[in-house]
Amino acid sequence: MATDVLGASVKRVEDLRFITGRGRYLDDIKLPGMAHVAILRSPYAHANIRSIDTSAAVAMPGVITVITGADIPYNPLPMAWPAGGASGIQNNVNTPRALATDSVKWTGEGVAAVVAETPEQAVDALAAIHVDWQPLPAVVDAEKATQPGAPQLHENAPNNIVFEWRVGDRDGTERAIEGAEVVVRQRLVNQRLIPNAMEVRGDIGWYNPGTDEYTIWMSSQTPHIQRLLLSAFVMGIPEHKIRCISPDVGGAFGSKIFTYADMPLVLFASKAIGGRPVKFVETRRENYQATTHGRDHVTYLEVAATRQGEVQGLRVKTFANLGGRLSTIGPGTPTTLYGRMLGGPYKIPNVYAEVTGVYTNTVFTDAYRGAGRPEATYVLERAMDLLADELGIDPAEIRRRNFLPPDVFPWENPSGLTTAVNGAKIYIDSGNYEPALDKALAIVGYADMAARKTEAHGRGKLLGVGLSTYIESCGIAPSKWIGAVGEGWGAAMWESSNIKVHLTGKVVVTMGTQPQGQGHETTFAQIVSHELGVPMEDVIVQHSDTQGTPFGYGTYGSRTSSVGSAAAIKAAGRIRDKARRMAAHMLEASADDVEVDGASYFVKGSPDKVKTIQEIAFALDLGFDLPPDMEPYLDATAYHDTPNTTWPFGTHIAVVEVDEETGQVDLVRYVAVDDVGNKINPMIVDGQLHGGIAQGVGQALWEGAVYDDNGQLLTGSMLDYALPKASRMPWLELDETVTPTPVNPLGVKGVGEAGTIASTAATANAVIDALSPLGIRHVDMPLTAQTVWRAMQAAKGGQA
Amino acid sequence: MTEHIALTVNGARHELDVEPRRMLVQVLREDLELTGTHVGCETSQCGACTVLVDGAAVKSCAVLAVQADGASVTTIEGLASGGDLHPIQAAFRETHGLQCGFCTPGMILVAADLLARNGDPDDGQIRHAIEGNICRCTGYQNIVAAIREAASTMRADAPASGTPA
Repeated sequence: MATDVLGASVKRVEDLRFITGRGRYLDDIKLPGMAHVAILRSPYAHANIRSIDTSAAVAMPGVITVITGADIPYNPLPMAWPAGGASGIQNNVNTPRALATDSVKWTGEGVAAVVAETPEQAVDALAAIHVDWQPLPAVVDAEKATQPGAPQLHENAPNNIVFEWRVGDRDGTERAIEGAEVVVRQRLVNQRLIPNAMEVRGDIGWYNPGTDEYTIWMSSQTPHIQRLLLSAFVMGIPEHKIRCISPDVGGAFGSKIFTYADMPLVLFASKAIGGRPVKFVETRRENYQATTHGRDHVTYLEVAATRQGEVQGLRVKTFANLGGRLSTIGPGTPTTLYGRMLGGPYKIPNVYAEVTGVYTNTVFTDAYRGAGRPEATYVLERAMDLLADELGIDPAEIRRRNFLPPDVFPWENPSGLTTAVNGAKIYIDSGNYEPALDKALAIVGYADMAARKTEAHGRGKLLGVGLSTYIESCGIAPSKWIGAVGEGWGAAMWESSNIKVHLTGKVVVTMGTQPQGQGHETTFAQIVSHELGVPMEDVIVQHSDTQGTPFGYGTYGSRTSSVGSAAAIKAAGRIRDKARRMAAHMLEASADDVEVDGASYFVKGSPDKVKTIQEIAFALDLGFDLPPDMEPYLDATAYHDTPNTTWPFGTHIAVVEVDEETGQVDLVRYVAVDDVGNKINPMIVDGQLHGGIAQGVGQALWEGAVYDDNGQLLTGSMLDYALPKASRMPWLELDETVTPTPVNPLGVKGVGEAGTIASTAATANAVIDALSPLGIRHVDMPLTAQTVWRAMQAAKGGQA
Repeated sequence: MTEHIALTVNGARHELDVEPRRMLVQVLREDLELTGTHVGCETSQCGACTVLVDGAAVKSCAVLAVQADGASVTTIEGLASGGDLHPIQAAFRETHGLQCGFCTPGMILVAADLLARNGDPDDGQIRHAIEGNICRCTGYQNIVAAIREAASTMRADAPASGTPA
């Protein structure tokens, strides 16, 4: 009998290959006859291409061919998530091509490519390509780009505006603000970030002239979607002529969801050189220049409240920097995933948001861990602290006064993500926010903070404590809702699972989802082992290859545990149903009389006469003796669309010490109480939270992508972009409350992004709390020593 | 133009002709097909390429292959002995010290370097030792736990040294 592994901290089955150096990431793949491609990238942020001379490069050693944009007949890359298209919002769309043809819009946009025998020869030949550039003035700041006289990037986007999107009750919110007892206003910068998956991106393209078929290995979160987009939208070839394979993916955090220019490029290149495989692997510098960035909002916040701190209205005007051309779902992140989340866990009667999506001479932004929800949480949690500061109310208390009460669910926020779209409504299904807050306050010792501040001051440190009481939406669903134009991929977001019980009793599970470190091979094996009663070691979970897995939308948006697991459970239920009917045949009974206990199938009242699922599979898969209406083989596929999004929530509390002389910030404690519902594997859940928290802390304290005014990326390598390091992170103190979601059979909500969504605001609030004795009420991130020191000097009236 | 070098990698001697500009990591990955050593940044910041050269942790993306001529190199593929995982490898699995696995070989080898010098490091010493290795998945928490657990296992496995506890 299988021991029940569901809900247990089972060690990961993936780990053996990774700890022994046997993982197989994109760059580890070496194919016979493989050639290598290197891309010439624009040194200018904005320029016209007058001409490109490749003649000298073609003559370089080892060069097989040189490609320019004019050679490639494909369409530009698709943009799959326009902002609010159905509601009359105009989206002025410009997307990249495999290689730029007439102009470049950011430093690092690809203009030519060399295919050579070795990677070194390809790179060497780039220097021999001559491009006749016509440099143009550049603009990198979204707010400035919309102003009169700014350099214009695209003819179809006057004032560089991609879209102007609105959500909520404009008039009601205006009345709330005009009539309010207190209004707090603040400009907030949510700075640009670089996702920094430790494995950069890359692809290997292979055109097989013998079958007229294409295969692409790609470091991607979404192989099935890439197959669809590359074939039907970019290359104009039949979908069944492309196979997409994601090998082991070394982290992604959103940056590997999208269609990138190098994908069609390697396929074109392979065909151009007669069908040899062609590999492209970006350098880290290229990753910084040409793979998506995240965030980059400038927001004007107005929050209206009573003197008792009850929020009456929230009005937000945000400029979202979308880059020089649009990434695959760039406009979706600052609209649906941000503007519609601005109610948060609070009962705010009036919310109104305006978002202007803007072109600038920077690389495109798109979904990065949390995708819109960290930005919304940052706005809300800074609003709460600003109000608390204004009114002299404790930050924990002001949150408590505004929480949605536990008896309000299901809650339809009239201005938020719960708006009815396409005849479908999603709603906040469950929540109970105060217990998580109370638990976190108790763990951190909130009541003692005043004494601890005094003690720290005696050591030359300003101690600060910061709260973030967040909600998240995971596994955006149902398809009917997100299928409406402007609220999703323009497609669907169900998931898929196939389960086969082979003749020997071994179980193969194939999923449409795609891991990047989350441990799906373990967690789905736990689920199927539990559902079928087979030992976990008899279950293998496969994914990553469009050949052999059912179509699925991939893994992002914390959707796999809530949507994917429901598909696996549904498939397992179908396996049990068929096994029960076969058991009835074998036991000469009626299927209605067959009971199932784990792997055992027996007639009610005769538990001693058992057919195991392994015996049933053996009989079914052989097919020698089947009931007349039964097909052989124990195999089932399920497609599952969840009825609603899930809503994790929690309270995170950061404690920081700021050096009074240098401005250096040390994160000294971090407490997180999260409610992600039930857990498939608590060890993996905790790991997701650890990593998510570190990424959010990184934004608050260290990280930031910086372009100069000419559009040169100043943070062009890991030497210049400050990532969280082990020595700067404290031991994270995790706890939980458990409020299962009713929308999927396991009651799991998703956890991939919760840590990041909560931790940026908690950490920033802590630093500003530390600085508040100096009269400081806000400082923009990242809160580096230099930034904090300048703020302290300015507050003291000194030179900043 | 190539240079002739000799490397002992995971106990096996290799004689190679390499271009002088090629890095040790390229020779390990491409010529010897030891792809467990990863390239993450090319600026010696991330440590994914960490290997042991004559026992010391080295970022192999910052060492020319010709500089390693005559050296003994241990990569992640050579850490386990026979069928048994090295205690550091086992501890990373036991404590969930990895997620995507990309930084893991470098983390394990830099931990091997630390534990060879200090058999009982505290958390601060562990965090300092792995400061040159970046992980984007774990927030470092379970990596610290793994190295702590590996140290404990290795102390228990080590022959009694006679020093008082």
